[in-house]
Amino acid sequence: MNIMSNKMINILVPVISIILGLLVGAVVMLISGYDPVAGYTALWNGIFGDSYVIGETIRQISPYILAGLAVAFAFRTGLFNIGVEGQLIVGWFAAAYVGMAFELPKIIHLPLALIAAAVAGALWGLIPGILKAKLHVHEVIVTIMMNYIAFHVVNALIKTISGGGFKLDRIQPTASLRSDFLSNLTDFSTLHYGIFVALAMVVVMWFILEKTKSGFELKSVGFNQNASQYAGMSVNKNIVMAMVISGAFAGLGGAMEALGTFGTISLMGGFTGIGFDGIAVALLGANTPLGVVFGATLFGSLKYGANNMPNAAGIPIEIVSIIIALVIFFVACGYIIRIGLVRLRKNKKEAK
Amino acid sequence: MLDILYFIIPITIASAAPLIFTAIGGVFSERSGVINIGLEGLMIMGAFIGILFNLFFADVLGAWTPWVSLLVAMLVSALFATLHAVASISFRADQVVSGVAINMLGLAIALFSVKMIFGKGQTDFIQQKIPRFNIPYLEDIPIIGPMFFKLVYGSSIIAIAVAFIAWFVIYKTPFGLRLRSVGEHPMAADTMGIKVTKIRYIAVIISGGLAGIGGAVYSQTITNDFGHATINGQGFMALAAMIFGKWHPIGAMGAALFFGFAQALAISSSSIKFLADIPSVYFHIFPYVLTILALAGFLGKANAPKAIGKPYIKGNR
Amino acid sequence: MEYVIEMLDVSKKFGTFYANDHITLQLEKGEIHALLGENGAGKSTLMNVLFGLYQPDGGEIRVNGEKVAITNPNIANDLGIGMVHQHFMLVENLTVTENIILGSEPTKSGMINIKDSAKKVAEISKMYGLDVDPYAKVEDISVGMQQRVEILKTLYRGADILIFDEPTASLTPQEIEELMNIMRKLVAEGKSIILITHKLQEIMSVSDKVTVIRKGKGIGTVITKETNPEELATLMVGRQVTFKTEKGPSHPTEEVLKIENLVVNDYRGVAKLKELNLSVRRGEIVGIAGIDGNGQSELIEAITGLTKVKSGKIYINSVDVTNKKPRKITEAGLGHIPQDRHKHGIVLDFTVGYNAALQSYYHEPYSKGGIMNYKVVNDKATELIKEFDVRTQGVHELARALSGGNQQKLIIGREVLRNPDLLIAALPTRGLDVGAIEFIHKRLIEQRDSGKAVLLITFELDEVMNVSDRIAVIYDGAIVGTVVPQETTEQALGLMMAGHSKREVDKEMVDTGKDGDEHHVE
Repeated sequence: MNIMSNKMINILVPVISIILGLLVGAVVMLISGYDPVAGYTALWNGIFGDSYVIGETIRQISPYILAGLAVAFAFRTGLFNIGVEGQLIVGWFAAAYVGMAFELPKIIHLPLALIAAAVAGALWGLIPGILKAKLHVHEVIVTIMMNYIAFHVVNALIKTISGGGFKLDRIQPTASLRSDFLSNLTDFSTLHYGIFVALAMVVVMWFILEKTKSGFELKSVGFNQNASQYAGMSVNKNIVMAMVISGAFAGLGGAMEALGTFGTISLMGGFTGIGFDGIAVALLGANTPLGVVFGATLFGSLKYGANNMPNAAGIPIEIVSIIIALVIFFVACGYIIRIGLVRLRKNKKEAK
Repeated sequence: MLDILYFIIPITIASAAPLIFTAIGGVFSERSGVINIGLEGLMIMGAFIGILFNLFFADVLGAWTPWVSLLVAMLVSALFATLHAVASISFRADQVVSGVAINMLGLAIALFSVKMIFGKGQTDFIQQKIPRFNIPYLEDIPIIGPMFFKLVYGSSIIAIAVAFIAWFVIYKTPFGLRLRSVGEHPMAADTMGIKVTKIRYIAVIISGGLAGIGGAVYSQTITNDFGHATINGQGFMALAAMIFGKWHPIGAMGAALFFGFAQALAISSSSIKFLADIPSVYFHIFPYVLTILALAGFLGKANAPKAIGKPYIKGNR
Repeated sequence: MEYVIEMLDVSKKFGTFYANDHITLQLEKGEIHALLGENGAGKSTLMNVLFGLYQPDGGEIRVNGEKVAITNPNIANDLGIGMVHQHFMLVENLTVTENIILGSEPTKSGMINIKDSAKKVAEISKMYGLDVDPYAKVEDISVGMQQRVEILKTLYRGADILIFDEPTASLTPQEIEELMNIMRKLVAEGKSIILITHKLQEIMSVSDKVTVIRKGKGIGTVITKETNPEELATLMVGRQVTFKTEKGPSHPTEEVLKIENLVVNDYRGVAKLKELNLSVRRGEIVGIAGIDGNGQSELIEAITGLTKVKSGKIYINSVDVTNKKPRKITEAGLGHIPQDRHKHGIVLDFTVGYNAALQSYYHEPYSKGGIMNYKVVNDKATELIKEFDVRTQGVHELARALSGGNQQKLIIGREVLRNPDLLIAALPTRGLDVGAIEFIHKRLIEQRDSGKAVLLITFELDEVMNVSDRIAVIYDGAIVGTVVPQETTEQALGLMMAGHSKREVDKEMVDTGKDGDEHHVE
């Protein structure tokens, strides 16, 4: 009974955070002179309105799943990977470059481009991993710095490779994730096979954590480094491995954009934001593979659905970013929500 | 050669000023034991409020406009930072997560407001910019004069003054001593009758105020309007400057000037003969690479305050 | 008689558990009054009540004859009570002076007046013979000097009554000697001192009176001059033996653990083990008796591979395992019940099943080719739960939800079922109830009877007397003597634990005619 209630509370904290986020979002719309009902209706229609937007929404969810997996995986080993954004950018570039530069049969080309993205992201995660394991440098700051290095280096590479242009040539069709079938199914949306890659990675993360020996060690180190060391595990090895796998997920997130949505990479004026939203996704999903799918679905939908708000209700799309930020904020303050819930439960018991 | 310095050094100082303010804000917060990666969001808020106030009150306030705008930006960002304080000090939220939320929230609120007020993605351009001064007497010194003391933004002078004031406050006053003790060993401070929570709140709010000024200085000297890419990483570069400066106000100022120099080189390297062959990307990533090297201990020890990131819970060992 | 502090009939409850059960302590002006008790006897609780960190549930406190309510440490400070904490409350990157004035800084036009403060610090330190450098950073000075800074903090605030909480725990013998002199000097200057400790030697050398508490109850107050270490040891641990563990005679055979001239230094380079020698054979339980902090932790960590050995050798089954990786040592035939079960023994957020596999998950049948077989993991765990009577809702329950005794049974089951040749049990019964203690003792003896070597490290005298076949007494990083329980007494052990060699003890016992039962209780 007691355990059940605790589980309930674990689910209730994110749910309450979402509700609070939406409520505060409504209040913001109200004080800004907008109609929240019209706003949320537009948002709803922007997500589920017709088969086209449903297709686009699902397309948007794929990189969110992968970014969320990346953050969640590192978290399970006790690491905070804020560098998902940078790992995603280098993955995006690697996939776009391999997709463009080689001419190979699809059966080789597409996997090669995906692997390139994963490896690029993994390498970008390896550096903070090694620094953390060997020199005890805090991964948060290093990964932030690595984001900016990725941003500037990739922009420079795009310029160099394109001979001063602002984007790479389009990828070869052999490297594309685009799907006529999925596109036709959804009224010619840009929905591509990436969602299956993302879902496959959800299974991969679940498999690693729940089925493999390495997963046992990673989780053990994440919960209690001392006891893990007593049990003969190498804490350092697991830290590096967690960052590498996390980076690989993030890199694949970039491949979604390179091989699916955009088919290329262009000069960036700022971050994609997907990596940071990945933190929200993981947090909301309690760092479990399935939870990440839910978190990504929610935030991916909100992000895409928001595009409908300016036209249909005259509300700036940033309202959705405000809501997402608020949800993170409330989940982060879960401690206080938890205390509130526990108190509520106690009062109920006493009332009985 | 001298021409190049005449050209580069003023850009360096102008680029560094916003970083100095913000990095010193970071010093206050982190010295008290609260991680503040929300500096970017606080800076964005300051940049936006600065421009907004400037645009609306330029007619009334005239030449005073940019200065009053700085104050207003300071107040609003300080208020905004209170959110981070409440979450990370009172509600024991993960300070990094709370900082991420502040960054997202700052940008989202600013852009939302811009679209609401201006109906487009960026604001109009301001007319009342932060003025530049020639510093009397000093400007006449040969070589150095034109490099450092001609056409200096007023805000740059304040930035350097703020660095020294911060040094004084942190190292010479009772508040500073308490601030440092709270960030290193809150329980020891508590046994000496110091209110840990109060000091941390004050520190985080100061960091918000300074980051707000930093943002408003940036938008009123460099971009002169506000849009989604106005701040674009300046807050994180300030964070880097704080670390590279080893959590010391003068160190942070030095690092900010150094990073400002790197930014100036990145902007202008193509027009400088012997630097033209070096791709500007090296100058762009320079601050970040240096910061990683500093943290890794390759550039001398850089130790964060010991109690950083940990909420203080009374009665816990 | 003039008392500066009187704690009369003070009680402190945590839930239903009495941490302090009607304890009385009276401190005279100008005396050093020792507060003696085993770990967990309630000494710290009592002092935290006096210092305002806890509120008493009963009794009253008088300072200089007047009844007071000390609701927070600031009030204690104002009443002239200062605490020298066991874990120093010092900010390491501040200077000595800054640490001392923190919270009540003298200023001159807004600036801290460091010069005058340092002068005042120097004056006080001179007055009491507390040698410190006012301008040195705390992180750069020795532990002994750090402690003097802690003392100066209280004196700077005008404390007349000083509480020393286990002050010698991290000091070298020379530093301890110096501290004793400082304490004598402080009382000579009119201060009064309460000394919390469980080290008999210190009490004998420095205190005027001793108040003994045991399991939360006040046992009495004796005058130091009229007592002796044996009597104090008896008062501290109590005479009653809670239960006798049934066991037959031991039949030790070949050697499993052999330790030769082991030297281990701590991170400061101070020797914690000094040429320690030890041998444990199949079919015997060797108990390590000793007071906390004499090298027990370092000994365990050296055997298990968690700390670096400076010199000397460790053999398990004649295999040299000195400075090998923990897993290599485990595989050489070691099982280990760690002393801090929450930190080192289990992963609280793992299930019971996962925890049961924590040492064996990496080999068959638990996993194969990198893939875990959780069916085997859980089946094996189910067997363990049954065999070791772990009370749990099942293998899927989180270890966090188990009681301490059941967590410990889980750990013991895990280690024993791996069938190690050598089992190290460090404080295996700490904090457990009588039933669990009995169970664990039985299991250890079973191991011995099945031909395993068992090394038991404990601070409990009756445990070491009951369970061991041989007792090796550790003092200051070396084994000072090995005795057989049937041929010794708790008094003799107590003396050896205080550093007397076996020969000295034997002699003394003959002289005094083994007289330890009469107490001079005030």
